[in-house]
Formats: sequence, C-alpha cells, structure tokens
Amino acid sequence: MSDSPLSSIVATEDQMLEGGWELIVGLEVHVELATRTKLFSGSPNRFGDEPNINIDPVTLGLPGALPVLNRQAVELAMRIGVALNCTIQPCIFHRKNYFYPDMPKAYQISQYDIPLNIDGFLELPSGTTIGVERAHLEEDTGKSTHVGGATGRIHGSDYSLIDFNRAGVPLVEIVSRPDIRTSEHAREYVSELRAILEVIGASDAKMEEGSMRVDANVSVHKPGTPFGTRCEIKNVNSIRALGRAIDYEARRQIDVLDTGGVIRQETRHWDDAEGRTHTLRVKEDADDYRYFPEPDLVPVAPDDAWVQAVRDNLPMLPAARRSALSALTGYDTRSEAIIVVVERAQHDYVQAVADAGGDAVRALIYVQQAFADAGPMPAVPAKDLAALTILERDGKLSATQAKTVLSELVENGGGDAAAIAAAKGFEAMDNSAVEAMVDEAIAADPDAWAKYCAGEEKAAGAIVGRVMKASKGKADGKVVSAIMQSRRGS
Amino acid sequence: MSAIPSTASEIAAAVIAKRITARAVIDDYLSRIDARESEIHAFNLVMAQEARAQADAIDADIAAGRQVGPLAGVPIAIKDNMCTHGVETTCSSKILEGWKPPYDATVITRLRTAGAVIIGKTNMDEFAMGSSTENSAFGSTRNPCDISRVPGGSSGGSAAAVAAGFSPVSLGSDTGGSIRQPAALCGVVGVKPTYGVVSRYGLVAYASSLDQIGPFATTVADAALLTEVIGGHDPMDSTSIPLASPSLLPSVSQGVAGMRIGRVTDLPAGAEPAVEERLDRAFAALETAGATIVDITLPSLSYALTAYYLIAPAEASSNLARFDGVRFGLRVNAADTNSMYGATRAAGFGDEVKRRIMLGTYALSAGYYDAYYGKALKVRRLIAQDFERAYEQVDAILTPTSPVVAFKFGDKVDDPMSMYLCDIYTIPTNLAGHPAMSVPFGTGAHGLPVGIQVLAPALGEQAMFRVGGALEVAAGGAQ
Repeated sequence: MSDSPLSSIVATEDQMLEGGWELIVGLEVHVELATRTKLFSGSPNRFGDEPNINIDPVTLGLPGALPVLNRQAVELAMRIGVALNCTIQPCIFHRKNYFYPDMPKAYQISQYDIPLNIDGFLELPSGTTIGVERAHLEEDTGKSTHVGGATGRIHGSDYSLIDFNRAGVPLVEIVSRPDIRTSEHAREYVSELRAILEVIGASDAKMEEGSMRVDANVSVHKPGTPFGTRCEIKNVNSIRALGRAIDYEARRQIDVLDTGGVIRQETRHWDDAEGRTHTLRVKEDADDYRYFPEPDLVPVAPDDAWVQAVRDNLPMLPAARRSALSALTGYDTRSEAIIVVVERAQHDYVQAVADAGGDAVRALIYVQQAFADAGPMPAVPAKDLAALTILERDGKLSATQAKTVLSELVENGGGDAAAIAAAKGFEAMDNSAVEAMVDEAIAADPDAWAKYCAGEEKAAGAIVGRVMKASKGKADGKVVSAIMQSRRGS
Repeated sequence: MSAIPSTASEIAAAVIAKRITARAVIDDYLSRIDARESEIHAFNLVMAQEARAQADAIDADIAAGRQVGPLAGVPIAIKDNMCTHGVETTCSSKILEGWKPPYDATVITRLRTAGAVIIGKTNMDEFAMGSSTENSAFGSTRNPCDISRVPGGSSGGSAAAVAAGFSPVSLGSDTGGSIRQPAALCGVVGVKPTYGVVSRYGLVAYASSLDQIGPFATTVADAALLTEVIGGHDPMDSTSIPLASPSLLPSVSQGVAGMRIGRVTDLPAGAEPAVEERLDRAFAALETAGATIVDITLPSLSYALTAYYLIAPAEASSNLARFDGVRFGLRVNAADTNSMYGATRAAGFGDEVKRRIMLGTYALSAGYYDAYYGKALKVRRLIAQDFERAYEQVDAILTPTSPVVAFKFGDKVDDPMSMYLCDIYTIPTNLAGHPAMSVPFGTGAHGLPVGIQVLAPALGEQAMFRVGGALEVAAGGAQ
C-alpha cells in the first residue's frame, strides 16, 4: 500500500558537511506502549512504582511460566503501523538469546524477520519524507542499578540491584531507513514521531523517563560512493542531545577519515556532560543472539476487519492537523505558529475559537504566544478568546491593548474581554479623533514630518510617539501609520 | 471397610460411595511406598503429610455432602518437572534443588479440583533429558520388574511408581518418548496426548514445541480418565488447543471393528526379535477383533532422530538459559557476573544437560542455523506430511514403543547414540504433534515387559483409545 519515495535521498547542497562529506543517519526508536498490563502477563504496566511490585511468574521467567500475548499491545502497535503508513502483516515472534541479569529468561521475546509493521514512512513538517523500515513488538528488560565502582556500570561495581517492574513492558521498536541527512532532520523526525505517538495514544513517549529511547546509526561518505561504516550511538536522552551527538559523531568520523584513518563498526556511548561519544563495544565482541522462532507463542495474523477498525479509529495525525490549521488561517503548514500549536496539541482549541466566531489568525497567534504551558485545552473558554479576537479585528482594541486583555484572560482563566477592556479604560477611539491627533503631532514637530515626507521612515516614530502620548496609548498604531501615509500621499 | 482397589476409577467410585475413605486409600499407598521405595527410588519427594491432609479434606467434603471430582481420593505421583505451589520442584537437577514454585501448574490445579491426592514428586532424567533416569542428579530409579534394570526415561520415576503400586496413576511429560518408553519398560500404560491438548503452563520446559504432559496408569481406562481430567483449553498456554477436553472413556471399550490399522513397512530396523514378535501378535489380535491391517510407508521417519536432536537441544539451550543463578535456584558466587553464570551452570547441570545445551547452542549459531536448525524444521514438516498421507489410508498405526526391553544400569549411559536410539519409534509423533500411547503387550527377552505403541492423527485420541482398549483386552487373553 505504501509507495514512499525513498530510493536514493541525496543531501541538498546546503545540507552537505564541509569537505564534501554527506551525513547518513538512521534512527532506532524504542517506545513503551501505554497498555494497562505487560506484553505477556497480567502484571500492571506502570512507571514509578516501588521496585519489584509488578511481577509474576512470567515476568520473572520462573521455570514453567509461559507468555500470553496482550491484545491491547498488538492493537497499539498496529496503530503505530497505520500512523506511519506501514503495511501490517501476519507476523511471528522470535527469541533473542543473551545473558544479562535484568533479562529474566536470558532471552528477549522480540520480532525478527517477520515483524508486524513494515515499509512505512514519516513526513517531516519541513517536507522531507523519511522511510520507516519496520515497527515491531518486543518486551522490555528489567532495570539494573549498579552500586559502587566509578562508572555506574556493571563492570567494576560492588553489586547490582534489579527492578523487574519494567521487565515485560511492551515496546515497539521503530526503525527508520538511513534517509536522514542532517542532525536537524533527525531531531525533527523524533519530535514528529513523538507527537504522533502521543496523539494516537500509543505511548507517552517521554525521553526523560525512558518511555522513548533513541539510538542513532551515524556514518559519513562522499556522494556517489557507498555508505561509510556506521557507528551506533546510544544513551541519547533528549532531542537536543540527539542533535549534538550526531553532529559530534559526524565531526569525529570526518576527522578520522580526513587523516587517513578507518572507522570501525562499533557501539558508542554519548556523554552529554562531556559532549562526546566514546567506544562502548566494537562489532567483533557482538553477541550472536541465536534468534529462532518463539515456540511458546503462535503466529499473529490481524484480520482485515481489525486492521480496518484500527485505521478508522485513528485520530487526526499532526500532519493533518497542520494542514487543517493552514486551511483555517491561510498560514503555511511549515510556519512556526502552526508547528508549535500542533506540537502542543492546541489545534482543536484554535478551531474551537474560530467556531465560536473568533478570528482564526489572531486565535492562532494568541495561542502560540500566550498558551505555551496551557496544555491541549486551555482554561480560557474558546468563546472568551473569540470575543477578544473580534474586538481587535474590528479596531475596538489596539494590538497592544489586546495583548493586555489577553494576559488578563490567561491569568483569570477566562472572562469578558469587552468588560476587561472597559475596566482598563480601553474605549475604542474613532478615526476622526485619531486624525486630529495626527494633525496636532505634525504641527508640533514639523522637522520630523519633513524628514518622514522625504522618505526617512524612522522619523515616523516621533510623530507616532506624540499621538500615543496624546491618546494615552489607546490609538491603534496601525491606524496612526495609515493616516500618516495618506497625509504624506504615499 | 473393603480392600483398597487398584485402579483410579474404582478408588474414586469407592471413596465417593463412602465404601472407603480417601485417608485409608492414601495410608495404604504410603505404606506401600514405605515398604519398597528405598529399593526403587521412584520419588524425589514423598508428600506424606500434605497427602494425608488433602485426603482428610476430601473425606470431610464427602461427609458434608459436598460435590467432589471424578478422581476423589485417588493418589497420584507427579513428575518433578511440574510446578507444585510451595513444594520443591527440582527437575532432578542440582541447579533447582530446594526451589519451591510460588504457583501450581495448570495440570496440578485440575487434578486438585478433580479430587486427586498428590502423593509425591517423582525422579526423572535431569530436565527430562534421557531414556533411563540415570541422568538424575539424585540417583537412578530402579525398574520394579527387575531392579537391576532401568525403568526407562525420562519419566522413569512416574512409570516405576505406578509399576511398583506406589500410586495407581501418575503424570509424566513426553518430549521424544519420555512417557511411552518408560511405560513400555515398566509394563504400564502411558499416553502422550496431541500437542496442545494438555496445558504446559507450569511444566518446566525442555523443548517447548515438543513437550506434552500425559498420564501413566495400570489400565487403559484409567489413562483415558486422567487425560480427560487434565486435558482441555488453558488460556495460560498460547499453544493450548481451544477445545474442551475430549470424551475418551467410552472409546476404551468400543472395540476396533471396522478400523483400519497401519503397519509401517519401512520402519527403521533395530527392534529385538521378541519385540517384533509381540508387534506381529498385536496386529493379529486387532485383525481378529475386526480391524483391517493396511501396509503404509513413512519414508521420512529415518530422519526423525537427527531432526529431533537438533530441534530439542536448540530449544533446550534457550529454555535452560534462565537457570543463571540470578533469581532462583543454585548460585555459585564468583568475581563478576559472567563468571558467576559459568560457575553456577557448571556446578548445577549434569553432563547430558550440558551436552544438549552445547549441541543446541551450536545448531542455532549464526552461520549454522540454516544447515542445522533450519533443515531440521524442514524434516519435521516432511514427517508431518508423511503422517498426513498415511492417515488418509488408516485410522491408527502400530509400532513397537521401544526397540528393546529394559536394559541394565550402565549399559547405555556412556554411549549417547545408543541411548538416543531408544526413542527411535517414539520421536516421530512428537515432531508431528500427534497423540500416541504405549500399551503393555506381553513380555520379551528375560520375561520383561514389551509395549506396543498406538499412533493416531492430531486430535485422534478417541481412535487411539479404541485401539489401546482392544490391545489391553487381547494382552489379557494372551498372557
């Protein structure tokens, strides 16, 4: 179903790195699904509980325990697939075998060569399309805390504490194609992905809490030559860190290559405080995971009706929300106001203000500027904000006055804009009064007026200032400018 | 009070009818264990106290007029790889010594609900790997028919417990023949149901795609009754077939008139002459009883053993990885985590378990997967297809259960290949996922029991029990 234009994405000239190097990035994003229970057992999937409370024989990998697949997890994973334009296919689970103390069975149940979602894409707000190779289901591990030792890692520690609450929490791993050419695009990809995951209710996608984890595969090459050897960067804990880590790693690789060195395929650890990556393990030490089909589970084959139901119930995605706001306001989908408002999921609110008879453009700008921390549904009733936009549009309030009323509305969680304006003495001024004030100001400062008429726009300030002073700030600056321009005859 | 009957169905009937108490039954069986267990070593643990308490509770229920299940007061021995809440479950391995599961396996729950009284946990080859019970970390079990010989395995303790009269019925698990082969060697009935009929929840896994729990009994009817009680869908096991437990008891006495029974003309050779002779007698008996004997071929069968010894160890290498010393069981402390894993597993696992873990690890390794595990899966499909074709012509198939009668201790334990060959006739059905049972059918060399194996298609338990019932009748006449 998806035919994304992925074949060979080449960086534009301004995206190239210095020295003619091109950056190639692919991202692997793990997200914890917002299910009620774990992927293969009935224990609660809940963050922040006292350690080792949400456990059971399956979670602990006790002898004899067997996994039973959580239907809600499959449904949320399918939502991700649909939202990322993937093909949803009948799939199976594999075991990925390796020993680690917080991995209870010494294997992770994951998907290998036949995952649930394949061949999708994600369109960045800036317009670039990034291919999504797959989005598969797997279980999370427990969480180790290594006590003692200098590094906080298992090596050299005195002992380790393990919390199995997270073990068995459902994850979806979303693997992009190596279509990303700039660190800015990488950040945009993760930010857009996070917005999608939140909107569809698949995950709270918090990088700080670890419910969204990003690994970056980074390499550099000269266009027209094969891709370079890639390094996988781990421990990237914020979108900002992702950009920094990619930029650092690209620089490091270019320095190595420019001085005749060779890049080893390896996993590297991003140290945010130091602002650099360092080797975690080289490929030669890589585990052989001995993948084989999980015999305790049966294949999952979502039928057409189920897939269709997921498709039909999918909420409007961020891209569609941006288009809708663009249609409503006439602003470009890539404008900052639209991107910011959609990121904050406040598009419905803007629409509600418009529906309440408000001016859509002013609503968008008010929301962008004054509702940064208000959440998707600000306390100010849509009709109250609508009333304010109309007062300003109709010239009953100047932009400055409107801003003052807006702060009042935000502070009080709503109110009658007209009454607030009246209480502040912001009565509307009719244009003839303003015209008279302009004429008085011209008479009072003929030098400034002469300069303005001679084309020195800066000189307008003196006149406008006099009008504002005379009107005690109630005159609309735009109206004043318009009168001055007509007087000047331009 | 009347004498204690010897079959499960008679015991339950007598207990329910208040002719005897469950307590009297359990006391009787415990005294038999007292008398001969030191010689046989069928059990890793005899649960005398718990069993008496459970029996008393059943008697109280009956006295109070409360409904009791179809196995009311029936003692049952459980292979030590099925989880029993709060009761040590060791898989006859040092690595699990002392481990008390915090939950009951589904079969245990169903047995308790049916009123069965769990009398103990039986010895086995460590982690169900073996055909003689010599691979137990806690010493071998002796064959009650001849204590100089092995009881077979891996469910040797469960087979010996029934053969010695320690318990009228028991449960074993069968991955490549581990119920049927010891049943044959000890002269009792043993059943491996269709894969997915009995829940594996709480069965410590050896090879997940092959493991299946089933009963041992002295009669085919008791085996049918037990299969009915433990069978049926379990939502805790994803591979459990979503069907109610089959009705089997009526089939036991139904006879075989009109049935078509397959004789495999290209069966891998190697059975002792006396075993072959018993098989011929079995065919003749069924023919006399009204069945038609049809010659069939199963050409892929000769690859079954090889495929099994790739698939089962591969799964085992993964299933047994959880015994890492971190959360339960044995831990041998060492300088760092990796050394702790190594030391724990080196001390905790026996030689055969280590051998299979290494085999399986190798078979799944990058670069070898396709040549070994991948190819074994293809053979598995071929074998299933061979059986499907055969079952277009026949309703059931007869083969020997084991090529040999019970052998002496030490005869095969140092020669893995000869030990593996014990399961040559039982392994194919595990690969196909089909049901099979072993029915005692007279004796062979040294007067030792010979078992005849009845194979049937998937969910063909009723046909299988019809044939099993007829063989039992014929064996009674023949002996």
